Amino acid sequence: MRLTTLPAAVLAGAVLLGLAGPQAGGPALGFTLEEFTFDDPAKQTEFRDLIDQLRCLVCQNESLSASQADLAQDLRREVYEMMRAGKSKKEVVDFLVARYGDFVLYSPPIKPSTYVLWFGPLALGLLGAVVVLRTIRNKAKDRDTDLSEAERLRLAGLLAQGGETDPRPKGERS
Amino acid sequence: MAKSLRFLLPLGLFVALVALLFFGLGTDPRKVPSPLVGKPVPAFTLPTLQDPSRTVSDADLRGKVSLVNVWFSTCVSCRAEHRQLMAIAKESGVQIVGLNWKDDKADALQMLRQFGNPYHVVAFDQDGRVGIDWGVYGAPETFVIDRKGTIRYKQIGPIDQTVWQQTLRPIVDQLKAES
Repeated sequence: MRLTTLPAAVLAGAVLLGLAGPQAGGPALGFTLEEFTFDDPAKQTEFRDLIDQLRCLVCQNESLSASQADLAQDLRREVYEMMRAGKSKKEVVDFLVARYGDFVLYSPPIKPSTYVLWFGPLALGLLGAVVVLRTIRNKAKDRDTDLSEAERLRLAGLLAQGGETDPRPKGERS
Repeated sequence: MAKSLRFLLPLGLFVALVALLFFGLGTDPRKVPSPLVGKPVPAFTLPTLQDPSRTVSDADLRGKVSLVNVWFSTCVSCRAEHRQLMAIAKESGVQIVGLNWKDDKADALQMLRQFGNPYHVVAFDQDGRVGIDWGVYGAPETFVIDRKGTIRYKQIGPIDQTVWQQTLRPIVDQLKAES
């Protein structure tokens, strides 16, 4: 599967520039978040938090805030404009989920198709605990029934002679 | 359960886990299923690539079975599938609508001149906003639209002969058979 995306070139360019360091000069190719400013600092924080929680679909292990993909910049702008227009966080998230699916969310929603994801580990842990407890209890029961009736009598007989046995090794006996 | 077989249980669980992980290896994480499949096409109005005074809109996708193909000229995979699109246009008669996505107009027109134009009409989405409404995240992507204007399938990645023969064509034929 080879998906070609505009951002690959941009990203490669940005990486090269990064390696060359500031001495190389020239304008930076990369995107920054500087153009997205709000008058209200609380809104600014909300915006940064929100794009941190959203996944870039091009570089799939990067958040929308970190990605240098071209599409990520478009989506940041979209989110920014929606928030400037007074849309709530939920409205922005719903907008993106309607178009790109739950995959844009780093934290998947709890719904029937994700029950296994959310509760599977807990269920496995509980199952493990049940298995361990049952094993321990079975072991304990086994110990009680280790000796048959004949063995028990023999043991009692041996113990009764206990006074005659000397715990010291043979050579030390007087 | 027979006690003698109980030791097989962890082995069975392990085999099931391996099977699950092996299945996971075969799936492509770049293919993100679109929530738009089964939904009506998003409303849009865009100028055409060739003539900015003409427009193309979601209304043009109703009444016919269509393919909506998202492409741009510097996209290597789009160029790779171009020949297949030409063949489909010739052979199948399905309406192919292009969505030229975040492209340079001159480059896009040049590409169609050079390799031929398989599209009935090409919508020019310069800033990619219509692309966002369609959930486009990488070209090429191709949507199959039924007569009612509902998205029935999304192909992510280039269409080659195998994809067309085994996946898209059966869907198109089935949609054409629907009244």
